[in-house]
Amino acid sequence: MEIDELLPVLEAIIYAADDPVRPEQLKEIFPDESYDKIETALQRLTSEFNARPGGMWIREIAGGFRMTTRPEHHELVRAYLKTKPGAKLSLAALETLAVIAYKQPVTLAEILAIRGKKSTTALHTLLDRKLVVMTGRKAVVGRPILYGTSKDFLVHFGLKDLSELPTLEEFAQMAGEGS
Amino acid sequence: MKMDMDGTEIPESNGTMADDPSLTIRLEGFEGPLDLLLHLIKREELDIWNIPIAHITEQYLVYIQMMQELNINVAGDWLVMAATLIYIKSRMLLPPDPVPETAAEAEPGDPRSDLVYQLLEHQKFKNAAQMLYTREEVENAVWNSPAQDAVEDGKDVIAVTLFDLLKAFHEVVKRFESQTSMELDQEEITVEQKLTELRRLLMVHDALTFSSFFTRVSSKRHLIVTFLAMLELVRLKEIWLFQEAAFAEIKIARYTSAGESR
Repeated sequence: MEIDELLPVLEAIIYAADDPVRPEQLKEIFPDESYDKIETALQRLTSEFNARPGGMWIREIAGGFRMTTRPEHHELVRAYLKTKPGAKLSLAALETLAVIAYKQPVTLAEILAIRGKKSTTALHTLLDRKLVVMTGRKAVVGRPILYGTSKDFLVHFGLKDLSELPTLEEFAQMAGEGS
Repeated sequence: MKMDMDGTEIPESNGTMADDPSLTIRLEGFEGPLDLLLHLIKREELDIWNIPIAHITEQYLVYIQMMQELNINVAGDWLVMAATLIYIKSRMLLPPDPVPETAAEAEPGDPRSDLVYQLLEHQKFKNAAQMLYTREEVENAVWNSPAQDAVEDGKDVIAVTLFDLLKAFHEVVKRFESQTSMELDQEEITVEQKLTELRRLLMVHDALTFSSFFTRVSSKRHLIVTFLAMLELVRLKEIWLFQEAAFAEIKIARYTSAGESR
């Protein structure tokens, strides 16, 4: 299949898919196309699609491609849909999540040491919302459970992968300024 | 009375309230002892690398005392921090002050260095949490594939899994078995006939409960035929099965009338 034929099909799939579309999933549907070609097609589709000043754009999230509305239109979209913004995470949950995201895999005791307070409730909220998963057990006395962020975490915060997070050092500069 | 130590306005929040209506107290920002310390340092414009430990300990203890007066349950970690501060304070008293006023960095021997490190670490994660908050806000302002949103708006409806379905059918069979009845195999009803019957039933009713589907069924064979006919209708997308809440009774509705087709 020519790449020009591939582009509209990929666009349709990305639109219809519930989850971000990953190149390896597309490989299953297009067994004759090379992985590289699919990858190139996805990149080209994304840049061409996003060059258009429309209300939608394609973004790379959690290792895949997803079509969403552009955030700048949120007020009118929400007014039309008559929906309220979803339940946001509490400050405690966000802080706990930040510790897990940057220090993973991490135990509850290590989270406590950094936050200086108990984080059990916040951790349970994060586990319930599947933003955090158990990744194993630490090979120390008591074999405590290790926690890490999930794929849903990337989707929830619109991240391509963990490397897209700013480094902790960038936050250190802010901290040094006493912000 | 304002619960603040230097008279700055502290906004009211959902924190614990005492009887005095004029009392305003803010707790929500102080998730833990480190938050309080950072707040004190910031408010007093102190140099984090050269914290006047006696001063900050005093302020910290005043705050803890106020919390206790307000019957706020002062958790263990607050007291641990109080003890840490007092310990550092006493260590500072022993040798002559080793840190010059303009120290850009706490010296290794400084009893405060562990605390400073912990505070800076904590501040980093507070900033990181802020970043996550902003990202979440942006993601809340974005919509993706319509298939997903169709389930989210409107009534809270849960699509039934195969497991739920089999469990429900098992209940029906159990109920049937507990009734004493004679099984006479004269009437041989086919899935075909049952399909027509179910279709007719759904023309009259908007939604039926799972168990009502099986009420007038007289034999085990009949039960199974009914169940198969129902599955067939699901496969043909003529009906769909849903629950209004987790563990609620399974309901059956015509596919088009149920809002699923939106």
